[in-house]
Amino acid sequence: MSEVETPTIKLPDPTLLIVSNSPHIRGGETISKIMVHVLVALAPAVAAAIYFFGLAALEVMLLCTFGCIAVEEIWNKCAGRKPTWKDGSAALTGLLLAMNLSAGAPWWICLLGALLAIGLGKQIFGGLGFNPFNPALVARVALLIGFPSFMTSWVAPQAGKFMACDALTGATPLGAQGAAVASLHDLFIGNVGGCLGETSAIALIIGGVYLLIKKLIKWQVPAAFIGTVVLISAVVHLVNPEMTQPPLYHILAGGLLIGAFFMATDMVTSPMTANGALIFGFGCGLITSVIRIWGGYPEGVSFSILFMNALTPLIDRSTIGKPFGYIRVKKESE
Amino acid sequence: MSNKPRKFKGGVHPNDSKALSASSPVQDAPLLEKYTVILHQNIGAPPELLVKKGDAVKKGALLAKASGFVSVPLHAPTSGTVTAIDKCPGPTGISVPSVEITADGEDEWGSPFEPMADWQNAEPADLKQRVWDAGVVGMGGAGFPSHVKLSPPPEKPIDTLILNGAECEPYLTADHRLMLEQAEEVVLGAAILARILGLKTAVIGVENNKLDAIEALKKVAANHNVTVQGLSVNYPQGAEKQLIYALTGREVPIGGLPMAVGCVVQNVASAVAVADAVVMGRPSIERITTVTGEPLVNPGNWRFRIGTPISKALELAGGVKVQPAKLLLGGPMMGFAQSSLDVTVMKNTSGILLIPAEQVSQYTSEPCIRCGKCVTCCPMDILPATISQAVENERFDLAAQLNVLACIECGSCSYVCPSHRPLNQHFKRAKAEIMAARRKQQNK
Repeated sequence: MSEVETPTIKLPDPTLLIVSNSPHIRGGETISKIMVHVLVALAPAVAAAIYFFGLAALEVMLLCTFGCIAVEEIWNKCAGRKPTWKDGSAALTGLLLAMNLSAGAPWWICLLGALLAIGLGKQIFGGLGFNPFNPALVARVALLIGFPSFMTSWVAPQAGKFMACDALTGATPLGAQGAAVASLHDLFIGNVGGCLGETSAIALIIGGVYLLIKKLIKWQVPAAFIGTVVLISAVVHLVNPEMTQPPLYHILAGGLLIGAFFMATDMVTSPMTANGALIFGFGCGLITSVIRIWGGYPEGVSFSILFMNALTPLIDRSTIGKPFGYIRVKKESE
Repeated sequence: MSNKPRKFKGGVHPNDSKALSASSPVQDAPLLEKYTVILHQNIGAPPELLVKKGDAVKKGALLAKASGFVSVPLHAPTSGTVTAIDKCPGPTGISVPSVEITADGEDEWGSPFEPMADWQNAEPADLKQRVWDAGVVGMGGAGFPSHVKLSPPPEKPIDTLILNGAECEPYLTADHRLMLEQAEEVVLGAAILARILGLKTAVIGVENNKLDAIEALKKVAANHNVTVQGLSVNYPQGAEKQLIYALTGREVPIGGLPMAVGCVVQNVASAVAVADAVVMGRPSIERITTVTGEPLVNPGNWRFRIGTPISKALELAGGVKVQPAKLLLGGPMMGFAQSSLDVTVMKNTSGILLIPAEQVSQYTSEPCIRCGKCVTCCPMDILPATISQAVENERFDLAAQLNVLACIECGSCSYVCPSHRPLNQHFKRAKAEIMAARRKQQNK
């Protein structure tokens, strides 16, 4: 190298340069950031649950969340894999599981649920990204079938009384066929019995809007899901008001909102294409309505989402669009 | 006619980082003692070498002639002596044949052709021949011979000439400065290109983050019946197919060329090279290149002769404050990472870019969480996540079925992926494998 007039000029050391494929800059999005956003979106619902069900709700949430993290890490350890709790997905699964339980759920139901969600729902398939079914819903449905009495006894809400925990079991709004047991106002605010995450409609809507604004969920899923339920319940209610509640009641009561905004929109288990998301949402709405109106269970959101999860690969494959510039190629070859 | 430009589907919005060099006027790089001109600077066949060691050459003299239709001649960047015909590090990391010229310091012109003063009345065929003789290629990055684009077969009539001044790659400002400082020549080049194609008009597409350049072009454009169209700032706005769609609403078929939809697209720098060749009688031996990046002391834009080593360009920019993690030729989205400072500036070197370590943190690829962000941002409307999984399973047949060949390698999918999956790399591999398999099939 010849000495240039300004010897202070420093050139890069070529031996330290990294050579790799383009693009050379990244947008900065990470899995853990996405999970944190969803956790933030759940915050209003968490707050509402604690407000209406007291510290018992907090206990269920903590047990489920840390239970899921613990199961994930024990599994990773046994499988010889690196820790993955930092990506936040296990914590999110845990919190969503808690949202599906009653405030009166005993501790062992919570921990068994965590084992089912992370073990049976996720890790057995290979961990994050490979599970075909929503892990929290796998646990919920397994618990519902295995321990129906624990899963269908609800604590009556005691707004603001944090220490209250009388296991008053009451019929849930959807459980009572035909007759409304809660006013629409109570349903909207959350002053009704039910799962932690099923109660406060307003809290769930706030979270859902946050997810939509952050573009973390496709609007097609909740729109098609809720829209289908509204349409079917409206028609049935119009034909025979004895058979089912009016549409607004269907939206606010039960797990429709948390299902449509937080469960059905799970990235891993729902379609990637926009049209696929519409079909997925429609299928969820259809099955939910059928179970609610004609089925043996009062609530059908979990079953419908799990069923549509199973169809996701098929939906994805059948909704592959034509790429940019495709039509003309076909025309030319004719 | 100011039709509102259309929005192409998808795209991403990286931080453009153009402020580093956007306001620094183009400076002429000082004459060097030695230039190493890479022989093969165009897509297509390499040119045929005409000089040997010891030959004296004038500036602009022919070093190599076109070896076929898709091939362009190569000219000497300065006057001097051919001191070596050897291999030098190429932009893809492989050593490539090159001609070393030791300057005599006179920088004396010896162009193989004369200016065409009366180009307005020249035969289009003669003008096209001049573009070819001058060795003009696509200077935006591809290096596709310009005269080939100007030779559509009779069954594909051309009705639209587009000049690409989008410069959508972050960091790069070479075309921006060119349009701002040499607006007259850009428009002149457009008019010459339009004459070659038998067109009356041309349109220059510029991203709306270069309003001063749009202003400068508009001032002179009307004289030559050229329109200037601002475009929304959305990477990859400057990709040929996306640009054509934005300006005309036409979709170039997969695997097809712009001429299939009646369009010819030329880079603005290529247009200036055409104007230089026709009006000044000068072959393509220099270009404006942005030398930029946070690690540099003094980023800016320089007019380099082809054959200038990167090390000299970095010296002009004051050297580095800190060791960069990557050295790129081109922009950060599609540029090529280099491992040597001895690679030289070519006709398609739009930028020499240093990326600091904090921006190229090394990622471990995680499993796809099917978030669909790549599907949303893909400007070609294919399914990057699904194709990438097919490639990981070495199912190239499936990748082909999923239209991986439509991929323009813009890198938007890799840019947005929260799992840091090497999507673009997978597609490049799939395309190479599929093309290799097809060639094998044909040779049977």
